[in-house]
Amino acid sequence: MNFALPFAIAGATLLGIASVVGVDWDAPPVETEQVGYRGTGMYVTKDAAEAAAGRANNVVPESPWEADPEGDRASEVYENVQVLGHLSEDQFDQFMASITEWVSPEASCEYCHNLENMASDEVYTKIVARRMIQMNQAINVDWTAHVGDTGVTCYTCHRGNPVPEEVWYRDIEPKKASRGYRGGQNVAAMFGGNSSLPQNALEDYLLGDEEIRVHADTALPTGAQKATTKETENTWSLMMHMSESLGANCVTCHNSRAFNDWDQSPPQRVTAWHGIRMARELNVDYMVGLTPLFPKDEVHLGPEGDVLKIGCSTCHNGVQKPLYGESMMGEYGASLGEKSNTDVPDYGASN
Amino acid sequence: MALLSFERKYRVRGGTLLGGDLFDFWVGPFYVGFFGITTLFFAILGTALIIYGAAIGPTWNIWRISIAPPDLSYGLALAPLAEGGLWQIITICAIGAFGSWALREVEICRKLGMGFHVPFAFSVAVFAYVTLVVIRPVLMGAWGHGFPYGIFSHLDWVSNVGYQYLHFHYNPAHMLAVSLFFTTTMALSLHGGLILSAANPGRKSGWTNEQKEVKTPEYEDTFFRDTIGYSVGALGIHRVGLLLALNAGFWSAICIVISGPFWNEGWPQWWAWWLNLPIWS
Repeated sequence: MNFALPFAIAGATLLGIASVVGVDWDAPPVETEQVGYRGTGMYVTKDAAEAAAGRANNVVPESPWEADPEGDRASEVYENVQVLGHLSEDQFDQFMASITEWVSPEASCEYCHNLENMASDEVYTKIVARRMIQMNQAINVDWTAHVGDTGVTCYTCHRGNPVPEEVWYRDIEPKKASRGYRGGQNVAAMFGGNSSLPQNALEDYLLGDEEIRVHADTALPTGAQKATTKETENTWSLMMHMSESLGANCVTCHNSRAFNDWDQSPPQRVTAWHGIRMARELNVDYMVGLTPLFPKDEVHLGPEGDVLKIGCSTCHNGVQKPLYGESMMGEYGASLGEKSNTDVPDYGASN
Repeated sequence: MALLSFERKYRVRGGTLLGGDLFDFWVGPFYVGFFGITTLFFAILGTALIIYGAAIGPTWNIWRISIAPPDLSYGLALAPLAEGGLWQIITICAIGAFGSWALREVEICRKLGMGFHVPFAFSVAVFAYVTLVVIRPVLMGAWGHGFPYGIFSHLDWVSNVGYQYLHFHYNPAHMLAVSLFFTTTMALSLHGGLILSAANPGRKSGWTNEQKEVKTPEYEDTFFRDTIGYSVGALGIHRVGLLLALNAGFWSAICIVISGPFWNEGWPQWWAWWLNLPIWS
C-alpha cells in the first residue's frame, strides 16, 4: 500500500495549521504614519505588540542623585582616573553609581574594579569601560549628524546588561548539512531580519567600508552599473537589519520608485547615512581593538572569535529614536558630552 | 458592427433582474437593460471626474495624471474634492460601473439559459478591486490606504506598499497568487499552442501541397498523454483555466488584505512560525 500521499496530505495540513495558529497576527484597527504625499504608499506601519514592547523597553533611568559640579576634581581625589578626571568628585561618584546601574546592576562595582584597590586596572572590564567612555564622548562630539543633541550614554546600548543584548558577530550558523555552495545566503539570516538574504552583510557595511551603490541611474541598462544581483541583495540584507532595528520599514527612508534619489527620499535617510558610517567607525576604532581583552567564550565573542559588534539595533532597540529621543545629556553632559583624554590605552600591557 | 449570423437567436426577451421590460432592448448589437444604463452612468461620470481631476492637477501627461486618495488624517470621512474627494467619488463610480456590468452579465446569462460562470469570474476581479480600495482601507481606518488612479502613480503605490512590509515576496498569499498567475499563463500557452497546432496541422508533403485535415480532440488528448502522461481533456482544460485564474485573483486580494489589517511587521519576519516549529527549535 502506498502511504506517501496520506502522509504528504497530513504534513501539508499540519504546516497549514501551524502557519495560521503559530503566527502572531495583528487585528484591526492598526496604526500607520503617513510620511509622504497622499496616495504614494509612503506609510510607516506599526506593529502594535512591537510598539508596546518598544515603549516598555525604552524608558530613561533616573539618575541616582543630582551631582554637584563644584569641588575638587576627581583626578585630584582619586588615583588613576584617566578619562573622567575633569569631573568634580561628586559628579564622578554619581557617574560611577550610574554606570553600575546601567551596565552591571547585579555584579556591581566589582564587575570592573578590584574592591581592594579601586585604582587598579587589573580587571579587564575596567579597560573596556574606559574605552567605551571615550567612545561615548566621541559619538556625542563627532557624530551629532546622527545623534543630534540627544546624545548617547552607556545605557543607550547596555540597558542593564554587562553585554548589550543587540549586537552582531560573524554568523556561521547553521552548518552545512551536506556538500554544496551556499554563497553565504539562503539560510535564516539572524542579522538580516531572518530573511534568506546574505547573512553577513553587516561585515561589509558596518565593519568594512563597502558603498551601497547598486542602483542604476537610468531606466534601461547601459552597462555602467556593474553591481550583481547578489551585491544588491547584500545591501537589502543591511536594510533588513536597519528596518528591524528601528521598528521601521523601507519607506521610512526611501521612496521605492527611486531608492537612490536623495531628492525623493524622506530626510531620515540622511540621518541613517551618517548612522551607517558612525557604526562602522565605532566598530573599527573601538570594538575591534578590544578583541584581545575579552575572555574567549561565547558570551564575549562570536563563534568565530570576533568581537561582538555594534549595529543599528544596539542603540535603537526596536524604536526609531533610542529611548524615544529623550536626552540624558543634561545629567551626563559633563562626563560624556565632551572629549577628555583621547589616548588609546595600551591593551597589551594590561594583559 | 454587423450582427453575427447567429446573434439574432440570442435576442431573447426576459430574464431581467430589475426594470422588467422597460430597458429590455438592444442598441445595435448591444443589450441595454437597467444595468446597462447604470453602467453607462457610472462609467461616464467617473471618467469625467478623472478628466476634471487631471484638469485641476499639475499635468496632462497621460502617464503621470494621478487621482490620489485623501491623506490618512481624513480617516474614513469624506475629503474635499481636490484633496481626495474626487478619488472617493470616482471609487463609488468604479464600483457602481463594475457591479452594474456584472449584473448585466447575469441578465444576459439568464436570457441565454447559461450558468453564471462569466459574471462569477468577473466578480472575482471586482472583489480584488474592492478589497484594495474599500475592504482594506476600512479595516485600516483610512481611505488613504487605497491606491491612486494613475498609470505610473498606481505602480509607485504598489512598490511602496510592498516595501512597507520589507520584502513582499515573503508574503505567503502573494507567493500563492504569483504562482497561480504564472500557472494560468502557462496553462493558457500550453492550451493555445495545442489548439493552434490541432487547427493548423500544415500541408501534406508532395507536389499537391494539400492542406492536412484539422485534428480532433482525440489527437489533442493523445499529445499530452504522450508527453506528460495525462490529458485533462477538452472541457477540463477550461475548468482548470478558470480555477487557476480565479484563484490568482482571489489570493491577490488575500495577500493585500492581510498586509496591514492583520500583519504589520516585515513579511520575512512572518516566517518565524517556521523557524519556531518544535521540530528544530
